[in-house]
Amino acid sequence: MKIGYFTERPVRWLPEEVILKNGGHFAVSNKYFDREKAADEYNYWIDENCLAEELGFDIIGLNEHHGNPFCMGSVMNVEAAILARLTKRARILLIGNPLPVIKHPLRMAEELAEIDLISRGRLITGWVRGAGSEQFFNNANPAYNREMFEEAHDFIVQAWTRPGPWRYEGKHFHFRHVNPWALPYQQPHPPMWIPGVISPETVRWCAQHAYPYFGLGTSLGPTCDLWEYYADEAQKHGYQAGPENFGYVIPTFIAETEERAQELGKGFLFGGGQNSFARTEHTLPPGYNSREATRRLAKQPQGSWLGVSGDKMRGQMEERTIDPEEVHRKLEPGYKRSQEQFQLIIGNPKNVTAKLKTILSVLRPGALIIFSVQGQVGNEDRQTSMRLMTQEVMPVLKEHANQIGLVDALERPPGQSKLQSGVKRVQVSDRSPLKEMGMS
Amino acid sequence: MVSDMINATEQSLNFDGTQLVMVKGGTGKPLLIFHDELGYPGWMTWNESLAHERTLHIPLQPGYGKTPKLDWVRTYRDLAGFYSQVVREMKLDPIDVIGFSAGGFIAAEMAAADPHIFSKIVLVAPMGIKPAEGEIMDIFPITIRTHLRATVTDPAGTPEFLKLYGGEMTPEQFEAFEDARSESARIGWEPYMHNPSLPHLLHGLKTPTLLVWGTGDHIVPRGCIDAYKKAIPSAQIATIEKVGHRPEIENSAEFERVVSRFLAA
Repeated sequence: MKIGYFTERPVRWLPEEVILKNGGHFAVSNKYFDREKAADEYNYWIDENCLAEELGFDIIGLNEHHGNPFCMGSVMNVEAAILARLTKRARILLIGNPLPVIKHPLRMAEELAEIDLISRGRLITGWVRGAGSEQFFNNANPAYNREMFEEAHDFIVQAWTRPGPWRYEGKHFHFRHVNPWALPYQQPHPPMWIPGVISPETVRWCAQHAYPYFGLGTSLGPTCDLWEYYADEAQKHGYQAGPENFGYVIPTFIAETEERAQELGKGFLFGGGQNSFARTEHTLPPGYNSREATRRLAKQPQGSWLGVSGDKMRGQMEERTIDPEEVHRKLEPGYKRSQEQFQLIIGNPKNVTAKLKTILSVLRPGALIIFSVQGQVGNEDRQTSMRLMTQEVMPVLKEHANQIGLVDALERPPGQSKLQSGVKRVQVSDRSPLKEMGMS
Repeated sequence: MVSDMINATEQSLNFDGTQLVMVKGGTGKPLLIFHDELGYPGWMTWNESLAHERTLHIPLQPGYGKTPKLDWVRTYRDLAGFYSQVVREMKLDPIDVIGFSAGGFIAAEMAAADPHIFSKIVLVAPMGIKPAEGEIMDIFPITIRTHLRATVTDPAGTPEFLKLYGGEMTPEQFEAFEDARSESARIGWEPYMHNPSLPHLLHGLKTPTLLVWGTGDHIVPRGCIDAYKKAIPSAQIATIEKVGHRPEIENSAEFERVVSRFLAA
């Protein structure tokens, strides 16, 4: 199993009140942008990611968001290119490039090939559809989001593997001369790991391509359902899914003592936390989700990654005013509940180890990505959490993973365990620890 | 929604394998009606009133729930082309038309492509041309409830608005609105609800045209009316005071008066 490090690189100088008054992180005016502080921070995030490698994380994860102080990564390929040169061992995981939002798959193919070359084959590339708010920011037609996602992906794979020059005339993209002179170092191309939140279409698409699917902090029960759905789809394509087909990204913060961890871990709630990534009207642009996904969403009242939730969907039906006080009032009980439901893992090394072991037992992922604390937590405390993770928690998790057979996608490429037709597939998740704890 | 179609029926028509659901009702000379970007709201007072003298043909836009989506339609101009085929197939041309908001955009595109397809044109708060001043409200980054409220100046004082949209929204209604919003976004996202070549192609149009606009319209600014007037100098303008984007429900009496007078002239 691989354990990775990931941070959203949050803007840490912005007063929380500004976000609360805006009703979300997206669309906070950039009049609050501070050039000097931003310059310091961008350099710090590079250093922190280098430290992650030094401490022993297997993977450094990056992402990007747009028009949003929730995450400073606006063009993560730039950061990835720098890390490609500065690091030596860790795999660089991009979760992921928002293909429909970037709208230029040829340029994307070139950028990623350069990163893979500079890192001598350490790139793991991932694709996303982009958050709802990013369809607005980048003026990407939400009704074509999935079509553009799939077409851009198919094009990039071709651009990497089919000798040029050739002409491409698709539905959404057109290139008259495809012949990039930067091709990936890895053959036939870098591995692709796909993060997702709720969309069954994405799960189906991943299973079809045998791409590992990464749950972004989705609650454990529904994640089990989604992964069994993946395994059903995988069976249709003739293979048995296993841990190599799954990854999980989990918000985690560790301190020497439980009290200190609980205090600083509240950084995850900063500005309303990920449920206030964007206001309701920016979360679900028209046409962004299929009817099937919308109906599935309606069954998930609690917010999940980036605040996509049934509540948000119902919010589209209402006219709501923003009440910063109400946001604050809801945060405290939410903090406790999220920890009880294993969606936030906060504590001393012992408690965190126990909880993460449970997650590994239930979800059986081949890769676990530790998502570091949000908010205004200082460098020293962030790095303490990273050290405790690698020195005290990680060895126990790796041993546990070995014992329960969690093979990752780099050890065993997904899709290789063939299933004869008529043979019953095996379960890919294990709900028994959840039942013992009274969770479904 | 108003569902008691006293004078109207819903028909599923087939045009060379392409299905189109059409609401038809009334008696007399045919009148084509294009609903707005939120879909056909149901048979309303003004429909009932006009239907005593005219046969109303109201196509339900493809992709808005009842008529299947047409993938090849990727712009309002494409949609206008499809509707033009329908009008010709049904041998309705030349026909009088009323287009509301994005429906006005459709009618204008049809007239630009075929100046003889309409005998009279009524464009009510039409989108389709970039306003000379102001902006067409971006209806996509707002909730459906906010959008609906923005269409009238006084929701509480507009009985037909309350009848259509008041009370709690059911999941089915929400889904229908989402269908409409998705399809409007698909074909009208960029350039946003207008076509830069439309005003140029409208030049020289001789068809009698009436532009209707409410002074309290927050969706389509007066600049759109001015831009249409510049493109079609012979167009008349009817301004209705103290109403917003939906004059047909906010002041249906005045709306019926100006439209009937124009159509009868």
